[in-house]
Amino acid sequence: MTQNVLSRAYNSDIFYSFSRSPTAIISAIVALLIGLGALFAPLVSPHNPFDLATLDLLDANIPPAWSVNGDPRFLLGTDDQGRDMLSAILYGSRISLLVGLASVMFSLVVGVSLGLISGYAGGRIDSVIMRVADVQLSFPAILIALLVDGIARGLLPRDSHDSLSLYVLIFAIGISGWVQYARTVRGATMVERNKEYVQAARLIGMRPFTILRRHILPNVLGPVLVIATIHLAVAIITEATLSFLGVGIPPTTPSLGTLIRIGNSYLFSGDWWISIFPGIALVLLALSVNLLGDWLRDALNPKLR
Amino acid sequence: MALLDIENLHIEFSSRHGNVVAIQDVSLSLEAGEILGVVGESGAGKSTIGNAVIGLLEPPGKMTQGTVLLNGERIDQLPPQAFRKVRGKRIGMIFQDPLTSLDPLQTVGDQLTESMQVHLHINQHEARERAAALLNSVGIEQAELRLDQYPHQFSGGMRQRVVIALALCCEPEVIIADEPTTALDVSIQAQILDLLRALCKEKQVGMIIITHDMGVIAEITDRVAVLYRGKLVEEGPTRQVLGSPKHLYTKSLISAVPRSDIKLRRFPMVTYIEGVQKNTKEDNLATATRWMGQQRNFGGKSDKPLVQVSKLGMRFILRNSFLKRNRISLDAVKDVTFSIKEGEVFGLVGESGSGKSTIARLIAGLYQASHGSVHFNNVNVTQLDDKKMLNSFRRQIQMVFQDPFSSLNPRMRILDIVAEPIRFHKLASTEALTRKIVSGLLDYVGLGDQALARFPHEFSGGQRQRICIARALATRPRFLICDEPTSALDVSIQAQILNLLKDLQESLGLTILFISHDLPVIRQMCDRVGVMRHGELLEVAETETLFSDPRHDYTKHLLSLMPGLDFLSQEGLEVEDAVLREAG
Amino acid sequence: MLNFIARRVFQSIFVMLAVGFIAFAMFRYVGDPINNMVGQDTTLEQRAELRKQLGLDDPFLVQYFRFIGNAAQGDFGMSYRQRRPVSELIESRMPATLELSFVSAVIALFLGIPMGIYTALRRDGVLSRSFMTLSLIGISLPTFLIGILMILFFGVMLRWLPSFGRGDVVQLGWWSTGFLTKSGWQSLIMPAFTLALFQMTLIMRLVRAEMLEVLQTDFIKFARARGLPDRMINFRHALKNTLVPVITITGLQLGSIIAFSIITETVFQWPGMGLLFIQSIGAVDIPVMAAYLLLIAFFFVIINLIVDLLYFAVDPRLRVQKS
Repeated sequence: MTQNVLSRAYNSDIFYSFSRSPTAIISAIVALLIGLGALFAPLVSPHNPFDLATLDLLDANIPPAWSVNGDPRFLLGTDDQGRDMLSAILYGSRISLLVGLASVMFSLVVGVSLGLISGYAGGRIDSVIMRVADVQLSFPAILIALLVDGIARGLLPRDSHDSLSLYVLIFAIGISGWVQYARTVRGATMVERNKEYVQAARLIGMRPFTILRRHILPNVLGPVLVIATIHLAVAIITEATLSFLGVGIPPTTPSLGTLIRIGNSYLFSGDWWISIFPGIALVLLALSVNLLGDWLRDALNPKLR
Repeated sequence: MALLDIENLHIEFSSRHGNVVAIQDVSLSLEAGEILGVVGESGAGKSTIGNAVIGLLEPPGKMTQGTVLLNGERIDQLPPQAFRKVRGKRIGMIFQDPLTSLDPLQTVGDQLTESMQVHLHINQHEARERAAALLNSVGIEQAELRLDQYPHQFSGGMRQRVVIALALCCEPEVIIADEPTTALDVSIQAQILDLLRALCKEKQVGMIIITHDMGVIAEITDRVAVLYRGKLVEEGPTRQVLGSPKHLYTKSLISAVPRSDIKLRRFPMVTYIEGVQKNTKEDNLATATRWMGQQRNFGGKSDKPLVQVSKLGMRFILRNSFLKRNRISLDAVKDVTFSIKEGEVFGLVGESGSGKSTIARLIAGLYQASHGSVHFNNVNVTQLDDKKMLNSFRRQIQMVFQDPFSSLNPRMRILDIVAEPIRFHKLASTEALTRKIVSGLLDYVGLGDQALARFPHEFSGGQRQRICIARALATRPRFLICDEPTSALDVSIQAQILNLLKDLQESLGLTILFISHDLPVIRQMCDRVGVMRHGELLEVAETETLFSDPRHDYTKHLLSLMPGLDFLSQEGLEVEDAVLREAG
Repeated sequence: MLNFIARRVFQSIFVMLAVGFIAFAMFRYVGDPINNMVGQDTTLEQRAELRKQLGLDDPFLVQYFRFIGNAAQGDFGMSYRQRRPVSELIESRMPATLELSFVSAVIALFLGIPMGIYTALRRDGVLSRSFMTLSLIGISLPTFLIGILMILFFGVMLRWLPSFGRGDVVQLGWWSTGFLTKSGWQSLIMPAFTLALFQMTLIMRLVRAEMLEVLQTDFIKFARARGLPDRMINFRHALKNTLVPVITITGLQLGSIIAFSIITETVFQWPGMGLLFIQSIGAVDIPVMAAYLLLIAFFFVIINLIVDLLYFAVDPRLRVQKS
C-alpha cells in the first residue's frame, strides 16, 4: 500500500516539476540544512550560548576565526556577551523557526476553521466573521502584531515579560495572519459548497459538520498550503523585525533578529560580524522558504502548466 | 480553386509522456458562400483544426505537416506580422462563450471601431458609422445607442450577435465558428443559426462550423466532415452523409442521436467507440435480481401518485436591503402543482432559468420552499422534523446530477464514494458486506472491481456518471431524480447512459423524474411530460400527446425549434412498434 | 452610485468606531491611568479626586463616547512618558512620517508596476528572469536588514549619504518639510528606498501574476483572432483589466507603508510617528499607542475609500447597471 502511494508520488506531475527545477531542489536543501541545524542545535553547535555559566565576558567581540584577532574556538566570532556566533545562530534559528512555524499553525487553524464556517453557513455568521476580518484588514499585520505585543506587555506583570515573550510573540504574529487563510478558504468553500458532490452528501442526509470535514476541507486545502509557505517566510521576518525593534525575543535567549539588534550598536565601531552573520542566516532561511512556496504555487496551478 | 484549402494537416502536441498526434492527415476545402460543418465528439480535434487555420495554435501544439491555402495563397508559413494582417481581415473567428469573448472594460462600439481602424485604415467617424450599420445587420436595434454600452449590458444572445458583428466587421472571406451556439438557450440558438446562414449567403463568405451537435449540422450546413480521434472518416454533402452514411463510425454516431420523430425501444450501442461496455439488457436484469430485486419489489406501474407537488413556490432574494422596497427577489418557481405516479418516468422540460432544476432540488429537500408542499408517499416532506422519518425519506429518494466532473469528491476513492450512503444509513452490518454491495453495484452499472480503489479523475465523463448512478442506487431508492444526466456527455456516451437508466427503471420498478432541455431525449425516455417556463408549469400531458398535439403556445414554440432530423438514417435503430406499444 | 458611496462611508465609520473601541479599551484597562500619571507620593485622596476629575468612575459607554469625542477633536490626553499632550507629540512627528511614506509609495508604484508589466510580457527574457530573482530576494530581506546594509554601504563605507536624521527642515506653519533643502533630500533617499523595496517587489509580483492571468482569458484570445496588434492587446486590453484587481491590493499595500515606516524610522533614527510608537511600546505609554492606532486606522480607511472610488470609476460593471 505504501509502495503504491510512493510510486504514485514519484510519478506525479508535482515531483516531476520539482526534479526539473534546480532552484526548488537547492532551496529545499538549504531549508533542510538550516532546519536540521536548528533542530539539532544542542547536538551540533560547538558551544551552548544560552548557558550563562559557560560565558566569559573577556571573550566578547572577537572577530571571525580567519581574521587577524580571531580565535579558532569561535569560528564566526563572538558577540558582546562572549557568545559564540555560530552557536548563537543555530540556537537563534531554532527560535526563529519555532516562532515562525507555531504562529503559522495558529493562523492556519483559526483561519481555516473560520473560513469553512463562514463559507458554508453564509448569512449572518458569514457577515459577522467577514466584518471582523475587514476591520482587522484595516491594519497591516505587523502593526497588529506590535499592538498585541504592546498590550500583552501592559497586561502582564513586568518581570514575566521575558519568559512569556515567546508565547506572546507566537500569539501576536498568529492572530495578525489568520485573515488571509479565512478569506481564501471561505471563497473556496463557497465554490465547493455548490458542487454536486456536496449536494449528493446532503441528499444522503449527512450533517453539515461531517460534510465540512470529510468533503469540503480536503478540497480547499490546496491554496492553503501555498499561503502557509509564504506566510512562514513572512512570520519569520516579522519575528525578526519585532525582535530587532526590541519588542520581541529578549537578548537572554536571542533569536536571529535579536542578534542583529545587538550587533547593530557595534556596526560603526567595526565589529560587523555580530549583525551580518545572523543577517545572512535570516535571509537564507526566508529565501529558501520563499523559493519553495513559489515553486509550490506554480506546481499546483493547473493554468500555468 | 476553392476559397480555403486545407491539405494533409498534421498537428502534434509534445508532452512529458511523448508526442500526441492531435490531427492526422486531414484535408478539407471550402467554397465561397458555403457552410462546412466539422462534427465530432470531444477530443476529436475539431477546435484544433480551427485554431491552426487562423494561426492561434497554442504551444506545445505544432503543425508538423500540411498546408493551408486561402484563395490559392499559402498562409500557414507566413511570418507573425503578416499573419496578423490575415487574422480578422481575411479570416474571422467566433468562439463559444460570448460572455468571456468581449473585453468587459470597453464599450462595444470601441471594440468594433478599433478592429476596423486596424485593418481598414479608416477614420474614427467612418468606423463608427459602419459599426452602427453592422449592429443593425446582426439584428441589434437602436444601434447608435448600444454602441456606447458595455458588454455586460447585453444579454447572452445579443452578445453573441456582437461577437458575430466583430468577426464580420472587416469583411473577411472565411469565418470559423467554434461551437457558436452551445452556450445559448434553445430559442436563441435557432435565431443565431439563422443569422449566420443569412449573412453567409448574402456576403458570400465561406463558413466552417465546428460543433458536436448533430442538430446544428442538420440545420444549416451544406457539407459536413466527420472527425474521429484526429482523423477525417467521412465527408460530403450533409443530406448524403447524414441520410446514408458510409463509414461505420458515422453510422454509429448518427444512430445514437436522439430522434424526435420516432420512439425507440432502446438506444443502439455505438460499438465503434472503444471502451464501451457490453451492457446488454440481459446482463443488467441478472445483476438486478441478485442485489436489488429481492428485497423491495415496488410492484411496477400503478395509478397511485408517489410524489405530489402542490402549489410549490421558491423565492430567491437577489439583493438584500434594509428597506423592503429595495429588495430584489426572483420567483424561481411559481405555484407549481403536479404529481408523479408510481413506476412512471415523468419528464420536466424547459430552457435554462425555467425552474426545472429548482423543482428537483425542492422535491429532494436540498432547497427550502417558500410556500407550498411536497408529499412523498402521502407524507408531507416539506415540513418534516422527525429524524427517523427524515432519514427514511432520504433513503427512498436519490438524485443523479448533471455535471459528472463535480458530482464526485475528487479526493475520495470510488469505494468510499459509493459506500458512503450505505455506511451512513447502516444498511450493511459488516464492512465486508458493504464492499460486496458496492462491488455488485459497480458491476450493475458496467464497471469492474478495479474501479474500487481508484479516484474520480481516472475515469471519463460517461464512466463517472455511471458511478453516480451506482451511488444513487446504493440506498435502494424508490424514486430517482435525474437532473440533465446526459447533457454534459457526448452523444454516444449519452446513448449508453440512457439505456442504463431505461433498463434500471424497468427491472427495479423505479419512479423517475427526468429533467432535460433536450426534447428528443425527453421523448425517448418519458411517459408523461411537464413543460416549464419562467418558474411556471404550463402544460402536462402524455408524451406522445404532447408531441403530436401540443396545447400551449410555448410548447408549440419549443417543438418548432427542434432540429429537423427526419432525413437522418434510421439504420440500426430498434423502433418501438406501434402495435407492441398499444398492447403494453 | 450614491448608494455605493454611502455604503462605503458607513462601513468606514463603523471601522473607525470599532478601532476606537479597541483603542479606548486599551487606554482604560491596560494598566492604571492614574498610576501612570502621578508620582509615588500622591495620596489616596488625591488619586480619588483625580479619578473623579478625569471622569474615570463614569459608566463605560459615557467614557467611550467621551474618548471618541475627544479623539475626533484631536485630544488624546497626555503621554505617560513625556508628560506632554499626545496630540502635540504626534503633530510634531507626523510630517516626517508622511513625507517619507509618500516618497516611498511613489517609488514603489513607479518602479513596481512597470517592472511587473515587463516581466509579464517578456516572460522568458534575461532581464525578466533577473528581475524575478531579485524580487524573490527582495521579499526575503527584512526591511530593517536592508536599512542596515544601506547604512553600512552608503553611509559608512562610501560616505555618500547621511545615516541618521532628517537633515535641515523648513517650517511651513505647523508642518515641517524636508523637501525644500538639499540635506533634507539627501537624508530622505536611503530611508525611502529601504521602505519602498519590499512594497515594490510585492507590487511587481502582483502585477505580473494578474497580467499573466489576464493574458490567458478568452477575450484576449478573441482579440488576437481579430488580428489586433500585440501592443494594442497588451496595453489597451490586458493592462486595463489587470489594473482593476491590482488597484485594491495596491491600496492596502500603500497603507501598510505607513506602518512599515516604524521599522525604517527606527533604523535611520528618522523622527517620525513610527519611532514615537516604538518608544511608547517599550515604555507602555498607552495614550500614545492608542492615538497612533486611531490615526493609522484613519489613514487606512481614507486610503481604502479612495481605492474603492477609483475601482468604481474604472470598472464599468460597477458603474452602469444592466439594462
